[in-house]
Amino acid sequence: MLKVNRLSGGYGEKNIVSDVNFTVKEGKMLGILGPNGSGKSTLMKLMSGILEATSGSVVIDGKDLKDYAAKELAKKMAVLPQLHAHAFSHSVRETVSLGRYPHQRGWFSSWSKEDEEAVAGAMELMDIGRYEHTPIDQMSGGEQQRVFVAQALAQNASILLLDEPTNHLDINHQKELLDTIKRQAIEKNLTVISIFHDINLASMYCDSLLLLEQGRVAAIGEPHEVVKEKGIKKVYGTRISTHPHPELPKPQITLMPGIKRQVKNQQVRKEDFTISREMVLYRSEIPLKTVSSAVINAGSGWFTTFMNRRVDENYEVDDTVAELTGFIEERGFKPTDTVAMMTAVDVGQVVLGSCGFEGGSIVVAVTAGAGNGTDVSLTHKKERIKKVGTVNTWIFVNGILAEEAFLQAMMTATEAKAKAFQEEKVLDPFTGTIATGTPTDSVLVSSTQQGNEFQYAGPISELGRHIGKTVFEATTEAIRRYRSQAPH
Amino acid sequence: MSKNWVAYIVSFLLLGTAIMLGVTVGTVSISPEVLWNPASDETAANILWNIRMPRVVLAGLVGAALAIAGAAFQGLLRNPLADPYTLGVSSGASVGAVMTLFFGISVPFLGSFTLPVMSMAGALVTMLAVIGFAKLVDRSMKMETVILTGIIFSSFLGSIISLMIALTGEELRQIIGWLLGSVSMRGWPYVQMALPFILIGSFLLWLNRRELNAMLFGEDRARHLGVDVRKRKMVILIGGSVLTGAAVAVSGTIGFVGLVVPHITRMLWGADHRHLLSLSFINGASLLIICDLVSRTIISPTELPIGVITAFIGAPVFAFIFFRQRKGVA
Repeated sequence: MLKVNRLSGGYGEKNIVSDVNFTVKEGKMLGILGPNGSGKSTLMKLMSGILEATSGSVVIDGKDLKDYAAKELAKKMAVLPQLHAHAFSHSVRETVSLGRYPHQRGWFSSWSKEDEEAVAGAMELMDIGRYEHTPIDQMSGGEQQRVFVAQALAQNASILLLDEPTNHLDINHQKELLDTIKRQAIEKNLTVISIFHDINLASMYCDSLLLLEQGRVAAIGEPHEVVKEKGIKKVYGTRISTHPHPELPKPQITLMPGIKRQVKNQQVRKEDFTISREMVLYRSEIPLKTVSSAVINAGSGWFTTFMNRRVDENYEVDDTVAELTGFIEERGFKPTDTVAMMTAVDVGQVVLGSCGFEGGSIVVAVTAGAGNGTDVSLTHKKERIKKVGTVNTWIFVNGILAEEAFLQAMMTATEAKAKAFQEEKVLDPFTGTIATGTPTDSVLVSSTQQGNEFQYAGPISELGRHIGKTVFEATTEAIRRYRSQAPH
Repeated sequence: MSKNWVAYIVSFLLLGTAIMLGVTVGTVSISPEVLWNPASDETAANILWNIRMPRVVLAGLVGAALAIAGAAFQGLLRNPLADPYTLGVSSGASVGAVMTLFFGISVPFLGSFTLPVMSMAGALVTMLAVIGFAKLVDRSMKMETVILTGIIFSSFLGSIISLMIALTGEELRQIIGWLLGSVSMRGWPYVQMALPFILIGSFLLWLNRRELNAMLFGEDRARHLGVDVRKRKMVILIGGSVLTGAAVAVSGTIGFVGLVVPHITRMLWGADHRHLLSLSFINGASLLIICDLVSRTIISPTELPIGVITAFIGAPVFAFIFFRQRKGVA
């Protein structure tokens, strides 16, 4: 356990680190964050005893740092500083073996079996065994970094201080290294304290984070308590946006660049939609921020090509995504830049609606097949036969949508669709009740992110009211067109 | 492991060859047989044991001392171009020795040890002054600070030596000859004078072989690894100044041995001080024995100062190392 009490210190007269307090328990990992010059490395030097504190103390397992003899301390605590150039070169094995220095006694060599095992084990963990006899100056920065981590691990200390351990490493080696350290921390109950430049890596791997600002603690706590938009902006002076990690309950950040999006003004207009036998297509000159439940590129992203493709009623392929991707490429579009949906409905019957209002406008495109009407509240009751019929709803907004507006727009559009089904008395053929949609409907909300900002798109908001009305009308019309054409 | 055995075998073979050549080759050629059968040629045996052998042994000891001290200083300073002289130890030793000659100092109970002891005293005093001043400049005693301080002291001490030489009359030639470095006409007393100090100094350095390995990665890193840097640094500096002082006292200033030998050894067999120190010791001895042989035979019967030969070989090697390092760094 490492405890830092009101620690202050620096070079010469001036304190670079002031009044820092924290405790790290066994098996836990603390990440130290902070902008350049915030005192991260100085704090590390104070903790490792390279610099003497002007006040406060560092207590390791109940004993003050100052009361440890050099070798005794090295058995307790291993330090990995930032990489420096070397005038002379040891081999990898010699370098890792130096980690056993604190365990050596007497005038003559006392290399034991334990020493040998620690060195071999550390080299294996860092996957550098095959470089054993290579001089380290002939290795790349990343490989050298792994050698020094192995050296620190060979020390067999219970506390590990790391100064940007992932420096010089590619993303795979960053992950491997931190995985290894984390695993060691858990298995061997190590106390790990590490400086990070990369907030995302720190958040992912650390149990707690400490954010330094001009030598003082600006924030300390679990990652979600420290990695916050306002706090990071205050300390780093940089606008960020936080979002959850896809697999871990840890916040991640995205930088907001100072440069503005250099694009021409563009309005999405009904007239720009191309309707052919095989698809409804809209191509934007600028990427539009989009949230959808499409087949290709579902979820959120920025796209310029929007496709609603008609497929045959008997369309049956194993890998729909691969087939549709192939189709997109065949037509000369980029699959990474295209949101694509499918329908068996005649896309020529698409209903385009638009609506202008104070501060913005929307364009709606709906293709509907009602033959497969479903009452969503009763779908659990019966096994169904697959039939043709899908409602694909697109909503384009000329304006800036906030995250919540995207979700609200989807809710509003879905409710409007259900209402249209009700008005048109589309029945669920299996239950005889009014359908709420079809089993395979898709919604897409896309915005230019130019012009006025819309925080909300629920029915209470101006935007929401117009989405509701336009989608309802377009869906109603699309159902009518479908019915007038399709044999019942 | 095998690589190290090869290194030691090659080094000892070289040393054996150097000694053999050193005692047999010269104005009078002596058969090696005299070595184990003195009765075969008594005049030759006399030359061999009373003139050549002490000379060879002294050259060997001085070469060994300078080389091991050089290896240790380079490791400590992490500076491939550093040698005992950069720290000012050598200049300090010279001042001590020149003062002894200049003032005719003779400390009664030291007897023949007066010169090496004064020389070492000069080395140590300089060392402590350099460290003291460096500490004043920079409390953490960064190596760059220490080197720079050493250079300042070297220049200052050099001017003192020049002043003393300028003030000397007939002693002049003797001191200039001594400054250029020589192991001629010293005899066994000089060997006895230097031997204990060279053994002590080398032992002190050898005790710190693992610490030197750690310090190659920088003093902070060495501390993280558990090295008591301040103490170890001091012991290494004292060991190095004892060696330099003893060498300077018996042979004057012989340059480049402390730089060239560790370098070649490192290039051939690596930077591990557990072997580098011993190997530098052995090969330093061989190199200086050969250099001395060349110095007394190349324009025989005139003898060149040995420092001329070491500089003649050493300076180009120095330039080569410098070039390689610069290219490597850039």
